[in-house]
Amino acid sequence: MTGPRLPSWLMESVVRIGCGAGFAGDRADASAAVIAELVRFAGPRFLMFETLAERTLALCQIERRRDPALGYSPAIARMLPQALGPCLANGIRIIGNFGGANPRTAGRRIAELARAAGFPDARIAVIEGDDLSETFSAEELRAREVDGMLLSGKAPVVAANAYLGAGPIAQALDAGADVVITGRVADPALVLGPLVHVFGWDWADWHRLAAGTLAGHLLECGAQVTGGYFADPGVKDVPELAEIGYPIAEISPAGTLVITKPRGTGGMVDRRTVTEQILYEVHDPAAYFTPDVTLDIMAVELADDGRDRVCVAGARGHRRPDRLKATVFVESGILGEAEISYAGPNARARARLAADIVTARMRRRAPDLLLRVDAIGRDSTFGALAAESATDAPPPSEVRLRFAAQSARRDEVELLLDEVEALYCAGPAGGCGVRRHFAPRLGSASCLIERERVEPRVAFVGDGA
Amino acid sequence: MTKVDVPLYRLAHARTGDKGNRSNIALICRDPAFYDTIAEQMTAERVAAHLAARQPRKVTRYELPKLAAFNFVLDDVLEGGVNASLGLDGHGKALSFFLLTARVIVDAALLGQMPAAAPELLHELEK
Repeated sequence: MTGPRLPSWLMESVVRIGCGAGFAGDRADASAAVIAELVRFAGPRFLMFETLAERTLALCQIERRRDPALGYSPAIARMLPQALGPCLANGIRIIGNFGGANPRTAGRRIAELARAAGFPDARIAVIEGDDLSETFSAEELRAREVDGMLLSGKAPVVAANAYLGAGPIAQALDAGADVVITGRVADPALVLGPLVHVFGWDWADWHRLAAGTLAGHLLECGAQVTGGYFADPGVKDVPELAEIGYPIAEISPAGTLVITKPRGTGGMVDRRTVTEQILYEVHDPAAYFTPDVTLDIMAVELADDGRDRVCVAGARGHRRPDRLKATVFVESGILGEAEISYAGPNARARARLAADIVTARMRRRAPDLLLRVDAIGRDSTFGALAAESATDAPPPSEVRLRFAAQSARRDEVELLLDEVEALYCAGPAGGCGVRRHFAPRLGSASCLIERERVEPRVAFVGDGA
Repeated sequence: MTKVDVPLYRLAHARTGDKGNRSNIALICRDPAFYDTIAEQMTAERVAAHLAARQPRKVTRYELPKLAAFNFVLDDVLEGGVNASLGLDGHGKALSFFLLTARVIVDAALLGQMPAAAPELLHELEK
């Protein structure tokens, strides 16, 4: 293959950053193979964990309000006990957004885990300052909302957090942190922070900051770049998906990077898996906004660099945005879902009758409740998009009906679930397998916040934190 | 030159991402040789028409020839997004596979370069 390739003298000075998790629900054992691979190399090595989806953070805020000793990511207990010892023993430094709504308490919890792993002197840094709920009034947030009117309603604000950049992470590493725990930061900052720490890139060196941000973007979803979320049997096959290896990036001081994965693991890294992830959740590819740089991937090129190795070059950067993005959550009622199955001869007609019964009863008893009814297996995913192709479909051997509604009126949502359950005895013949689910709902809005109103802070556990 | 009418699935693969009520679908050529065919036929207007049932407020197409890819950004197609939709797929993750059901007309010779993929699935799509 032709294309970008690292000269050997650069290979010796690469930084290796592995990913141990791409979301809160990710595999607890994913980091083991990544750590085992990083241990084989000298030089600066880091392990990053991304476990803080927007909604996860809002749930953390709710939990913290209930109990000030909680509100950090529950993924700490699942993911860190087994990773801390091997990382601390081998000089692999950890960066993770496990802090949620309570980075300090998370830091203390991790210090306890480190002590239990035999490392009582581990330096645990926590980064705060992303939480805007104390410094911004609801009115101030409302004035800064973009693309929406959610905050103009009366719903109480549950959480408001700004996306911090890589600066405080680099600062914590400069100060000797073995583990850096953040609250809300831009996901790629979990990777850019260590790169700026090692290479000393200037905060106005937009092209290198862009390269580091692209590395972070490719790592932040874990296995989504190593063959996860990719397999389509017979069309896009992925070997040994059951034991997929999570990604490792090798980044040079000039900003060229290679995406690879631990030897002996399943999955694969090729130009197709990398291309899908480069564009994941990107809008304008010439202007992907982060707190540290505006990333431009229009000129990015990929080249095969051996088995399960793809070289990525050509990221360009432009000046960082003037303001920081923040996500604000407001209470938005209760979501209720209930399902029931009909199977065998005439299943479709019995399911339709069941839907009609529930719809008619709800129309009389809760006329304002917006109700959604899906037939799972037919149109529940594509919705109206599937309507045309469904008309001439053969009769199904089973239909699973799903009812869903959302409302601030808890009693109305509960009534819907009760009505679905009542189909057991009072609905069409053969109804079976009722399941019901009930959960608080949070609406989200985006705001743009002046940088001078956000002050990131770094503290060390046992040393002010 | 013989032309054939095939699902886009034969020529490309795709991945969806979401932010709020906005979806992006990355459409990636299985072979760079398909880039021009897809560029010509899968316009923003065509994608908007294919997803008309979701009433996109706006569809923008970005072209990435170096990656043999396109990025479609679809505004207001997620029924409010993952925190508001009553649907099962509030992220719109499956929209990528819906896009791949669009029909494209391609030179038979160009298509012949591709290894045949999962014939029974293709039959399902093509009937």
